[in-house]
Amino acid sequence: MTTPRPGERERLFQGGGRMPDLHASGSGVGLPTRHGVDPAIDSDIANPLLRVEALELWYGSNQALHGISFLIPEKKITALIGPSGCGKSTLLRCINRLNDLVDGVRIGGDILFEGRSIYDAELDVNQLRRRIGMVFQKSNPFPKSIYENVAYGPRLHGTTQKARLDELVESSLRGAALWEEVKDRLHDSALGLSGGQQQRLCIARAIAIEPEVILFDEPCSALDPVATAKIEDLMYDLKSRFTIVIVTHNMQQAARVSDYTAFLYLGRLVEYGPTTRIFTKPEKRETEDYVMGRFG
Amino acid sequence: MPRSEPNPGPARPLGRRRPDPLGTSLTWLSGASLALSLLLIVGLLVLLAAQGLGFFWQGPVHQLQLADGTRVIGEITATETVRAPANSEAEARRIEEEGAPTRTQLKIGNRDLYGLDFRWIDDSDIVDSTTPADLVMIERLEWGAFFGRLRELRADGRVLATGEDAWREVLRLLPEKAKLRRQVRDLEKGEIGDINHELEELRLAEARIQRAEAQGAPPDDAARARIAARRLQLESRSEALAVERARLQTLLDRERAVFVAGDGRSKEIGAGQILRALRPNAMTTLDRLGVYAGRVAEFLFDDPRESNTEGGIFPAIFGTVLMVFLMTFVVTPLGVLAALYLREYAVQGTTVRLVRIAVNNLAGVPSIVFGMFGLSFFVYLVGGSIDRLFYPEMAPTPKFGTGGILWAALTLALLTVPVVIVATEEGLAAVPRIMREGSMALGATKLETTLRVVVPAAAPGILTGMILAIARAAGEVAPLMIVGMVKLAPSLPLDHHFPHLHLDRKFMHLGFHIYDVGFQSPNVEATRPLVFATAFFLVLIVTAMNLLAISIRNHLRRKYATSAV
Ligand SMILES: Nc1ncnc2c1ncn2[C@@H]1O[C@H](COP(=O)(O)OP(=O)(O)O)[C@@H](O)[C@H]1O
Ligand SMILES: [Mg+2]
Repeated sequence: MTTPRPGERERLFQGGGRMPDLHASGSGVGLPTRHGVDPAIDSDIANPLLRVEALELWYGSNQALHGISFLIPEKKITALIGPSGCGKSTLLRCINRLNDLVDGVRIGGDILFEGRSIYDAELDVNQLRRRIGMVFQKSNPFPKSIYENVAYGPRLHGTTQKARLDELVESSLRGAALWEEVKDRLHDSALGLSGGQQQRLCIARAIAIEPEVILFDEPCSALDPVATAKIEDLMYDLKSRFTIVIVTHNMQQAARVSDYTAFLYLGRLVEYGPTTRIFTKPEKRETEDYVMGRFG
Repeated sequence: MPRSEPNPGPARPLGRRRPDPLGTSLTWLSGASLALSLLLIVGLLVLLAAQGLGFFWQGPVHQLQLADGTRVIGEITATETVRAPANSEAEARRIEEEGAPTRTQLKIGNRDLYGLDFRWIDDSDIVDSTTPADLVMIERLEWGAFFGRLRELRADGRVLATGEDAWREVLRLLPEKAKLRRQVRDLEKGEIGDINHELEELRLAEARIQRAEAQGAPPDDAARARIAARRLQLESRSEALAVERARLQTLLDRERAVFVAGDGRSKEIGAGQILRALRPNAMTTLDRLGVYAGRVAEFLFDDPRESNTEGGIFPAIFGTVLMVFLMTFVVTPLGVLAALYLREYAVQGTTVRLVRIAVNNLAGVPSIVFGMFGLSFFVYLVGGSIDRLFYPEMAPTPKFGTGGILWAALTLALLTVPVVIVATEEGLAAVPRIMREGSMALGATKLETTLRVVVPAAAPGILTGMILAIARAAGEVAPLMIVGMVKLAPSLPLDHHFPHLHLDRKFMHLGFHIYDVGFQSPNVEATRPLVFATAFFLVLIVTAMNLLAISIRNHLRRKYATSAV
């Protein structure tokens, strides 16, 4: 683990967030911070792959995230729920640093990936994104053929052999449960697929570069129930290979697919824990109201 | 919150549809404007096609017997009513009774005999009009068409054949003569051209040595001797070729056909001068179609003759197309890169907005101003510097320091770059952010994302820019007149001499050709159809280039489908 030089950290964390100095990794023990043990960091969580520590984010002068801390366990599905506009997407996009692309964003706090700060100035952000894939709310296949869409990532990262690419395309499409439907038209435009197929193609595209984490931002919000069910099944299969973080505002979906659930409200993490507990015995009043569908 | 029901009030009748005269007339007005525009465009094309393409059709040849006893032979090209004010009461009455007098325009050819190709004849003077089958129409290398009758064929002072035999013999000779003419041309453009080219290179090599010596280098007598020896060799070869050419020339004109014009004068024409001999009145429609196709092909693929008033327009077509291609090669990368910077990399703010306004305004600058810029910047500054630095031995003859196809293409590239920038920027703006994020989320850098996703997705927009640029550039003439376009270029900018593409050469252009043939030629009546035909082919070529670009764009669009993403 490299310790970033202090000057660079100052620059990166313009938000002036609290700077955690304990980078414990894989301990499975609740994370002590300077302000005591954060209740959201549950000691049940074994093998945390990602640690979100006192994360803050500003869009210009508008603060969207307030001191969020929690652990994301390896090879599990973690759901982020909360009413629209509460900062779920923002939080998710912090994990692969996609918010870097938005003008006027400042970030405080930290996210550790395998114990190392992803906001480390020395870190290669493209390499990080290669290891933390993402599937967007709106399917966004490239205007290329189905084959080229899946091969895009591997090509970027240096796979040029035709045979190897063919193999990767097939295994990724199989992994995304799309192979049978498209194997005869791999070289047709991806834009000719249905919405659900496009979304699965985006999943195939993401898993083609074998990331460790896949972030899903409301992947089913634009899909019909049948396509949604397919994606949910798929996610269940993918859990054995990938760590998954999914944003959803569909309670049933969170309850069905996830192992852990974080409830966000107005940019704050209200409650975090195993999904069954969050849905059956929530500790906070707001959580209970939300999961019962009393607001949102 | 209690909501108040709207008060129903007394039932109102729906009322009758009110007339809307203003709306109706506006609809009609706009529809009529559109119809008028379309009509004008279609009319233009029909006019060009009719005037230009009719020219190649071989109609009958008339022999007119005039009241004064003379005979005139020629093709009827127009008839019109003479509207002169009546001189007397009696004349006015006669016009009233018999209708206004009419007259006929005849293409009489035989410029070498009559001086004029066309003649108006009052119809009242015509006693008799016939179309005898033995009238001939000759297309020849010089002096334009000839109309008359064939009397005999001679060679070396002897009569070879007369009457029908002579006609058959002439027809038999023509393909042979065409072959000989091709031989002469190949000789001139081939070996003789090569020798002249090499002699020029030797001259330059010698000039280089001279310069070097003047600057203090040791005298290089060996090189001088080599050059002198080679020159001697080339000159003797050149003399041999000149003899060969002279031999072919005499062979070409060994047989001479003697014709009789309408007025009885006889005219001897060397068989090698005759391009085509026809008896139009004895031709079937199929013959006419064959002649038509042949003439159109000659027009498209031959060099011009007789200071552009005859022959073909091939060099002008070639120059136009090559110049536009060069321009496209320059303007597309330039415009696309500029747009990429403006849209993808520059910080969007006042500066970028100002730059955009400036770029848009650039599109409104009169094209001749670009021509002046091209002349002063490209030709004099850049070209002059290139000459000084790389071709000092050619002085005082400029190579790049004078107008040429490269400078013309660059000038037009500047003229059209705003169009490409604007269209590309629109194309880039239409690529959704989520597509870029999708690529970045896979670990692509900004550059990779731009090159592999954004630019391909914006390709139709870029192609649109290219299409507009081509359309604009192909129609520009004014700025080119001062940066390298000429009425007659000695050689094409593309040939077999290294480096094949001679960017420094002057070139011909259809637009300028139209101007030159139509308005600078002494024989306007004869060349008018050529102007129309040239204009027609200019429109056709611009359309073809545009269609090519459009079909590429449609192909891209199809490839990337259009589904809502
Ligand atoms: N690019 C942006 N610029 C400015 N504000 C933003 C931007 N994206 C999101 N926000 C704001 O941040 C807050 C959280 O948004 P978001 O993370 O998209 O919510 P969610 O995904 O939970 O619906 C919202 O108030 C939203 O208006
Ligand atoms: Mg969202």
